[in-house]
Amino acid sequence: MGALRSILVRDLTIAMRRKADVLTVLFFFIIVVSLFPLGIGPEADTLRTIAPGVMWVAALLASMLSLGRLFYNDYMDGTLEQMLIAPQPLGLLVMGKIIAHWLLSGVPLVLITPLLGLQYDLSADALLVLVAALLLGTPILSFLGAIGAALTLGLRGGGALVSLLVLPLYIPVLVFGAGAVDATVSGLGAEAHLALLGAGLLLSLVLAPWATAAALRIAFE
Amino acid sequence: MLSVQALACERGDKKLFDNLSFEVEAGHALHVHGPNGAGKTTLLRALCGLVAPAAGRICWDGEDIHDLREDYFRKVSYFGHLNALKDELTGLENVVLGLGLAGHAVEEAAVSEMLARLGVEICQDLPVKVLSQGQKKRVALARIMLAGTPLWILDEPFTALDVHAVDVLSRMIVEHVTNGGMAVLTTHQDVGLDLSQVRHIHLGKRG
Repeated sequence: MGALRSILVRDLTIAMRRKADVLTVLFFFIIVVSLFPLGIGPEADTLRTIAPGVMWVAALLASMLSLGRLFYNDYMDGTLEQMLIAPQPLGLLVMGKIIAHWLLSGVPLVLITPLLGLQYDLSADALLVLVAALLLGTPILSFLGAIGAALTLGLRGGGALVSLLVLPLYIPVLVFGAGAVDATVSGLGAEAHLALLGAGLLLSLVLAPWATAAALRIAFE
Repeated sequence: MLSVQALACERGDKKLFDNLSFEVEAGHALHVHGPNGAGKTTLLRALCGLVAPAAGRICWDGEDIHDLREDYFRKVSYFGHLNALKDELTGLENVVLGLGLAGHAVEEAAVSEMLARLGVEICQDLPVKVLSQGQKKRVALARIMLAGTPLWILDEPFTALDVHAVDVLSRMIVEHVTNGGMAVLTTHQDVGLDLSQVRHIHLGKRG
């Protein structure tokens, strides 16, 4: 557990000293979400309908934007090879890195969402469900994305490839995440969608770090 | 004890060396010689478990390191061409967190003392990105020295170091080995390790 703490402290400290990386992702999300109301026009009904989809697609793309950096810097400066030969299970260290990635690229998006949701005339209930769905869904994006980032590590043009690998895996998260808000708005209740997102989160929490660790070992062979 | 039996390594399709056997016992050092491209770094990476050998076995106390994995990694420190330092962190943070990742808890005072011994106490509170190559190398070496592992695998530890640092480092290696540690190292520099227990291997030469 000491190793997990060390890696969290390390990655968060580095991010605090290089804020541009974190802010780029956040501003990308804010700009994409804010462009839609300007482009589509002030029709409250239309905006309410498209809001969950737009927010989720923007969150998905923002999460992908930061995937390239997840392992690349550690790969280039040699810290990743030190992790590979650390006496701790690599999966544990990878989990630390993914949690740090979510804290830096997922949590800020979730926090800004209620504010952005106002542009779309979302009701308080719908906003609450949207935040809950993002809170459950964005860590899944980080966990699944890590597998793709590890598989494309060190490849030329890895950035484009990681999108092709990871986007199909993101589809269920998008469907159930956006669906949760639609279900609330239409009065069906979002419990089923949120429960499915929660199940997805648990599954990826358990499986993704080990898959990522295996992919990293392959990258070094 | 580290023992290597009939080891062969390849890079791409090119065979670097084969049928290499040697042993490193406690209190011994192994100096790997060879021209550029002879496979010194590959051999050292194979000894750490970072590269899978094409053939042969690497054993620690009689058990294959690929079966031991974490139990073996607990015994090894590797110093490679990359310093494994984070530019944004200070020298002190790099050493403390670097050791933390490997599961070694260490007191900050011990790190300061080691940095001072290596002559880089001024780097303690400076971000690594402003340091010179030689200073970075010394900060990275402090991590190896403090890990407390019996086997040190050092790939070109003396490059970019000044005369004084070379002297300090070679004395540290001698001290480690005479206290029952082991060291495997490569270097092109003429560093006289004052040790009776140094074995030499020459790669890239027949016979």
